[in-house]
This record gives sequence, C-alpha cells and structure tokens, in this order.
Amino acid sequence: MDNSNPSSGLVLDRDEIVHNVTAACQEVFTTMLGIEATPGEPYVQKNVLGSAAGVMSLIGLAGTWTGAGSIICSPECACRLASRLLMTEYQSVDHEVLDAVAELTNMIVGSFKTLVESRTGPLGLSIPSVVYGRNFNFRNGADEWTVVPFFSDDEQIEIRVCLAPSRAQNKPGPGD
Amino acid sequence: MFPDLLIVDDSLAIRKILQRTLRQAGFNLGNVYEAGDGLEALAVLRSHKVGLILTDMNMPNMDGLQLLGQVKANDEWKDVPVFVISTEGGQSKVIEAVRLGASGYLRKPFTADQIKGRLEKYLG
Repeated sequence: MDNSNPSSGLVLDRDEIVHNVTAACQEVFTTMLGIEATPGEPYVQKNVLGSAAGVMSLIGLAGTWTGAGSIICSPECACRLASRLLMTEYQSVDHEVLDAVAELTNMIVGSFKTLVESRTGPLGLSIPSVVYGRNFNFRNGADEWTVVPFFSDDEQIEIRVCLAPSRAQNKPGPGD
Repeated sequence: MFPDLLIVDDSLAIRKILQRTLRQAGFNLGNVYEAGDGLEALAVLRSHKVGLILTDMNMPNMDGLQLLGQVKANDEWKDVPVFVISTEGGQSKVIEAVRLGASGYLRKPFTADQIKGRLEKYLG
C-alpha cells in the first residue's frame, strides 16, 4: 500500500500507524475496561481471501484518505470484553456482547482517527458493523492491512487498520 | 427534585455505561430516558421534559449535530443544555458542536472523573 499523500507530500508510514493504534487501544483498555493491553509484534496482512472465525467488528474511515479499522477476537474474548465494559457477566455472544465490541471498536478507531488527522486531514467514521460466526470470508478494497495483536488476560485481540490516500484524490484534475 | 436526563446513543453499551458512571460519580438523577438516534430523541422530547441531553455524534437516521440543531431551533427545548459525548475528537467537530449551541463536549473514552467534572454544573 502506498501511504503517501500526493497533494500534501505527507507520508503516514506503517510505524506511525502501529504507534497510533497502540496508543488508541491502550487508552481505551485502561480507561473503559480497567485492564492493560500489551502489544505484540505487528505484521502486514495481504488482503487475500481466507476463512475467519469469531467476532469481527469493522468501521470505515473516509476523507482525503480512506480505509477501515477492525477488531477480531474469539467469542470467549468478546464475552470477557463485554463483561468488563458493562460489568455484567456474559457467557455467550448475544446482541449486547456484539454491541459492546462494536463500541470498543468505535472508540479505538475513533481515537486512532483523531491521532492521525493532523497528517491525513479530517476523516469521517462510519457506523460500526459486527460479524459473528465460523468460517466466514471477508474482503475489502485495500491491498493490505497493518495488524497489531494485543494480549490481555491471556486473550488475544487483533486490531487491523488499512489507510491510504483516496483514489479520487490521486486522479489528475482537468487542468493537469 | 432531581433532573431528568435524556441519553442518545446508538450503542446500548454506552447508554448503560453513562448511567452507571453518572451514578458512580454521585449524581442523583430523576428519570433517565434513552434514545438510539436523533429521531427517537425528538420523540422523547415531545412527550417528556428533560433537564439535560447527552448525545453521541455518529448515529443512524439523525446524527447528534442534526439533533442539536433541532433542539436549539425549538422554542420549547432551546434552553435545555446539550452535551456531546463522541469518539469524534477532532477540533472541527468540537467547534461545529459549540457553534450549534452545545453546552460542552467530551471525547470517548472517558473516565468517571471527567464526566463528573464536566456535568457537575448541570447535575450537581
């Protein structure tokens, strides 16, 4: 993914994405869940079709840069996150657990967005969507995702972000 | 007589968390009404008098800024303080909310102390 912005000359490199994802995730975990989230080794995931399972929450980002942010975790992890957030015990994934994961995604991606807007310009956030199931496939238009795994209470949560200058912005104007 | 409150957020989780946080912060609340978007909020306002509105920004059907505009344009509701609580922390969003008449703005994630500090004037 080319993360350079041709109109401003700015580049948002992968290290900055990882740094800001980490800051956003740790702020939300500490403030809203009262637990620490320890980042693992980040990596790049090519946007290839592959089966996934568990709970996946997704929010779109749009502006002069476009992309998405996502949280993926196991059903057990989703229940624990919801239990901590809402201070109610959840044993299985229901609409309240999915809503809680969606809101955590909203806060993490929203915080990430605020952190990078000084580089990308204003970005809009979509309303979160959540998928729960087994053996589902997912694809969007991005070539690759920056993935940051986090570990908390023996659970693993993956936060994925793709963000690149909008294609419309890259097109030459009428006078170019 | 404790103030009645309207919480507007498409997330059930946030509506629950806000109620819990307000009670933990020591505020005595009257009735707490909930709405999942701006349209639902307007329906609540037509049938109940409230002393404070807490609203999210990004919601389906009618977002928080549209709701804020409708409240401030209505003679019956215009003096009700509206507080925006949103993941949208960008300066432009805050300025837009204040321009439309918001009494305050708080970014998610929030702590109980932040909520207490910002809302004491209205609920204390």
